[in-house]
Amino acid sequence: MSWPEFWIVVLRVILTFGLLLVVTILNVWAERKILAKMQSRIGPSRAGPYGILQTLADGMKLFFKESITPRKVELGMYVLAPFLAVIPAFLIFMMVPWGRPFMIGDHEVTLQGADLNVGLLFILAMSSMAVYAVILAGWSSGSTYPLIGGVRATAQAISYEAAMGLAMVAVVMFSATQGDGGTLSLAEIVERQSGTWGDLSPALQPVLQFVPRWNVFPQIVAFVIFFIAIVAETNRAPFDLVEAEQEIVGGFHTEYSGIRFAMFFLAEYINIFSMSAIAATLFLGGWNGPTFDGVLPGFVSAVLPTIYFLAKTYFLVFLFFWLRATLPRLRYDQLMQLGWKRLIPGALGWLIVSTLVISFRQFGPPWS
Amino acid sequence: MVDRFDAGYQFPPIRATLELVVGVLRELFKGLRVTGRIMIGTITGSELVTTRYPQEMREKPQRFHGRHVLNRYPDGMEKCIGCELCAGACPAKCIYVRGQDNDPANPTSPGERFGFVYEINMLRCIFCGLCVEACPTEAITMTSLFEMSTTNREDAIYTRETLLMDPVGKVPHMFPEDELADLGELDTADGWLKATSPSGVAAYEGVEMWRGTPGPGNWDPEPTQDVRDSRTSEEDGDG
Repeated sequence: MSWPEFWIVVLRVILTFGLLLVVTILNVWAERKILAKMQSRIGPSRAGPYGILQTLADGMKLFFKESITPRKVELGMYVLAPFLAVIPAFLIFMMVPWGRPFMIGDHEVTLQGADLNVGLLFILAMSSMAVYAVILAGWSSGSTYPLIGGVRATAQAISYEAAMGLAMVAVVMFSATQGDGGTLSLAEIVERQSGTWGDLSPALQPVLQFVPRWNVFPQIVAFVIFFIAIVAETNRAPFDLVEAEQEIVGGFHTEYSGIRFAMFFLAEYINIFSMSAIAATLFLGGWNGPTFDGVLPGFVSAVLPTIYFLAKTYFLVFLFFWLRATLPRLRYDQLMQLGWKRLIPGALGWLIVSTLVISFRQFGPPWS
Repeated sequence: MVDRFDAGYQFPPIRATLELVVGVLRELFKGLRVTGRIMIGTITGSELVTTRYPQEMREKPQRFHGRHVLNRYPDGMEKCIGCELCAGACPAKCIYVRGQDNDPANPTSPGERFGFVYEINMLRCIFCGLCVEACPTEAITMTSLFEMSTTNREDAIYTRETLLMDPVGKVPHMFPEDELADLGELDTADGWLKATSPSGVAAYEGVEMWRGTPGPGNWDPEPTQDVRDSRTSEEDGDG
């Protein structure tokens, strides 16, 4: 690896990391503000214009507060758990391409932390790792409520990861028909969603040429299942049984305070953003969108894909907030029922339908 | 074993499943519409349920039980006669009163004695207003001021100097420099006196009545029956 390539890697990792942190800080503020609007309140309005610096102020406060360690904790696990929550959260976003690759001299800069050829598998692995943090935090706290939260997290994660994985499989299979063979690389999946559906059918060409070639249109059921699963995976309302304040105080983070609590909090909001980003990448075409190359100045055309990506992601993040403001928390058996009796059979059924359609299109009817 | 599984087998109830999905989605969108409508309403300027507190204060109820104040008569005399009935009535035992004989040449109160020491421990006070009811001379009343937080326990004990209004009717504020201090709050007493004034009892007609705001000045006399009747018919319309 030559020096310019090394610096490009450093640059893109720093850019991805910085984007994630800035966006997360804004997300916490945005959630509080949007939730306030939905409840006829004002919301944070003191720190900075429209209270935009509220998260920084809260973070600073938590940083300087005492991190209380209760006497009955399993110290090693107790200290490790917050890091286990934050690190996978950061690593997941490293897989997401958040802008169109561009050239500096004769080196290509991809706006992505790392383009793994097993990107999707890595994401699934990391989102499973994040659950360990919750379970370990719950178990090592040596207290009842966190333990209940941890146990709930175990059951919830297993149920909903299955549905999430099955929905992903459908997309990967569909994506394989869109280009040269199957791929798990997110950059490649995004590439394959560029353009429109115009060449699908000559008869409908005038209409379809304005419909972008996103996976969400043929895979709408997978998208819905995937979205429900990621809401459950990030422990957000209405699936926030893991930290249900009204039942089990704070769930797994009841015994955490100060900077350790802040890390759990940060991880949750990073996960919201990165999971929405993954949904936008898999289903909504990632950074794809009209860039008007040659019409607009080159700089604008280079920035536009990132704006499209953020707009799509924020649409999903807003859905997260909207659901939180609207829906009451599911009961535990309802959660299990939805996961095992509705989402997983639904995802499997959709997988079968999708497979049949794909193979029919590729190989023709079985009697031919 | 095999039989049991076979007996339970049904063709997937597609129609029922679809109805379920559609039903769930319909209910979901119904809920989302409510919150969405409220959000749009809030952004476009419909009424909020919260205020930016120190900058805009909510109007308090007329009978709000806030900080106490010791009143004076219009001629500047103190109303408190040091009888300690308030201290006796207090369920939290937060009032401490010591009376002293008036100097005949230069009396502090019109009675025999006056409240020489008057202390209320605001950390113990439960703001029930029983002291106000117990007072035979309406010397102690309550205002609508409630911002009384202090940084040490001594400051929470209000003494005679703090509670007693000056001869002009102004009540001393514990922290007049404080950014939350609203001196106007001290000029509005709770509505208890008005509510329990002997209005309607013939024996009190034409007698000076108690009024809701503390401070010296001229009290309106208790209206006679015909005055009250005309007032009611004007207000109610149908009499």
